[in-house]
Amino acid sequence: MSVLGALPAMATVLVAMLLMTILAGLAMLSVLGAGRAATQTGYDSSLVRQLDALLPQTQCGRCTYAGCLPYARAIAHGEADTNQCPPGGARTAAALGRLMGREPKPVDPAFGVVPAVPFVAWIDETACIGCTKCIQACPVDAIVGASRYMHTIIAEHCTGCELCIPPCPVDCIEMRPPPALPRGMSS
Amino acid sequence: MSAASARTARDTSLAAPRSAGGRMHGGLRLDAHKQRSTRRSLRPASLSDTYVLPLDQHVGPPATSRVRPGEYVLMGQVIGETAGAWLHSPVSGIVKAIELRPAAQHLGAPTLSIVIANDGRDQRSEDETGRSFEQYSPRELCEHIARGGIVGLGGGAFPTASKLLGTPVHTRGVMNHETPADVDGVTRLLLNAVECEPYISCDDMLLREHARDVLLGARILMHAIGAEQCTIVLEDDTPQAQQALCSALAETADGRIRIMSVPSRYPAGSERQLIDAIFGVEVPFDGLPTDVGVICQNVGTAAAIARWLRDGEPLIRRIVTVTGDGIMEPANLEVRLGTPIAALIEDCGGYTPRMSRLIMGGSMMGIALPHDALPVIKASQCIIAASTLDLQPRSTEMPCIRCGDCAQVCPARLLPQQLHWHAHAGDLDALERHGLMDCIECGCCDYVCPSQIPLVESFRDSKPALARAQMQSRDAAAARTRFEARNTRLARLEAEHRARLAAKRRRPGEPRPE
Repeated sequence: MSVLGALPAMATVLVAMLLMTILAGLAMLSVLGAGRAATQTGYDSSLVRQLDALLPQTQCGRCTYAGCLPYARAIAHGEADTNQCPPGGARTAAALGRLMGREPKPVDPAFGVVPAVPFVAWIDETACIGCTKCIQACPVDAIVGASRYMHTIIAEHCTGCELCIPPCPVDCIEMRPPPALPRGMSS
Repeated sequence: MSAASARTARDTSLAAPRSAGGRMHGGLRLDAHKQRSTRRSLRPASLSDTYVLPLDQHVGPPATSRVRPGEYVLMGQVIGETAGAWLHSPVSGIVKAIELRPAAQHLGAPTLSIVIANDGRDQRSEDETGRSFEQYSPRELCEHIARGGIVGLGGGAFPTASKLLGTPVHTRGVMNHETPADVDGVTRLLLNAVECEPYISCDDMLLREHARDVLLGARILMHAIGAEQCTIVLEDDTPQAQQALCSALAETADGRIRIMSVPSRYPAGSERQLIDAIFGVEVPFDGLPTDVGVICQNVGTAAAIARWLRDGEPLIRRIVTVTGDGIMEPANLEVRLGTPIAALIEDCGGYTPRMSRLIMGGSMMGIALPHDALPVIKASQCIIAASTLDLQPRSTEMPCIRCGDCAQVCPARLLPQQLHWHAHAGDLDALERHGLMDCIECGCCDYVCPSQIPLVESFRDSKPALARAQMQSRDAAAARTRFEARNTRLARLEAEHRARLAAKRRRPGEPRPE
């Protein structure tokens, strides 16, 4: 009788213990999960910053992303490969690969080919009609000019992204080798 | 500090020069080979028929030619202009051509040069003299020095005016220029006569024969930078130069100038090493001597400035040491710029049969010349016709045994063996971390390396690549800043535009917002 009477009590205790274990486990899981998520975002943003620091900041979009930072984000999220930046060249591709812990790859020529010393844009000032379209396209403010006045490129600020060429209605912009480098920098 | 040192300067100027307390890290004790070229007194080199003047014989963008082929030019007439240092004709005559000619500073590719046929009459252009240097303001004086074509004659060929204009006297009040906090705005002048290169003796000869010019140049330079004291440093094994300088100083009786000597040790004459030894301050690796309040000039430069201000003679000649076992009569010559090196050799009696290699500059840091049909430029201090006795025999390169001797002698406190390792692998980031750009290319590591590794050669090859990479990352950072500023600006303009639209689109009857 006493044994029979004790059974339901034991069952209750057991069920309670089981519940507690499950709850604790769940709590632990959620804590772990939250922690993991937090480190993931923290790691992520610093990784994106490190990747962005390696990119040449031409904002040219040759990588098929809207700029250097979006490309850095895409690499960090595993959407893009490390060999899509032609202006950065082999050195940038290798550095990106190293940072991502992957085998360095040469730049894929499908994304475009850029000379080792990038060309800079040049405006034929006799043909320029002063439409300001190139100024709006330049991501790094390297073009000066005003509406219906001649425009010109600040050569040392030009990153050679070529974004100013398509909008020009009179085709007066072309890419040229940069002005001579100071002595000791050439070769 | 300045008053005290002025007093000590007066006390010591008549006696033997004080020796500097500081000691350079590393370096080498090399056998001097100066007696050969200092036995004969200084004399002008004989004139030649044609003079070739490269337009890029100074550091910075090349000069623009101001003459045309066929034009008659006078001696001392401006033939090239640039911001830092102009170029003048060393003789009177006809401009034969402006064409690409091989030059010693660019052995890889010929450079644009002005070729002048000498008419032998030495007709001078009208002098600009008549104004003493005190009548110029410091700024005018610097601009005048640039017009005189003066560059650093110690071999660097950096435009002197540009260097002087970097001092606090001139940069104060200029926008975006930070003056280091620990510099009180007064610059000390250091005149360098330390020819640590074992073969060069042109500064020694200059002091022996033209010590007064050097002192006048020192006073002009002090005026140009507002300096209150000047230290002239020479090596302790140049007694005749010391004596000449001391007696000239006694004549001048300028208490602001003092003379000091340093032990003869290579490369004590290197700018950064010398500043450390004399003033006990280290020039930061990414800074310039002006950051620690010092301007360092070669004594030859000071003498050239004195001639320009006093006699109106721009930089059209310099002293060149022609020496080595491969030359018959080694000597120091006063040479017009643009003289073919072959003419100098002839002037010194020609080559000896032992002659094996032609070097411009010192035996440690100079460059080997392929032939002698090259012109003397502003940076040519010395021409060595070396025989096998002069050259250190080099056997084939062997692997690095990690002995560390190179680190012991490196005056820049670098680790050449580590640099060698990374240069070999082309690891630019590691080279930057190990301070490749601080290498002064003195060659001490080469000299002591038991494995005969041409270390400096590989460092020299790696430097342009690293400089390009550093420039690219600087450019990228600047581009990012401009890109972000542009995005902020566009966002602000967009917000303002929307606010204006919202203001226009007010409901009927609603009062116009103020």
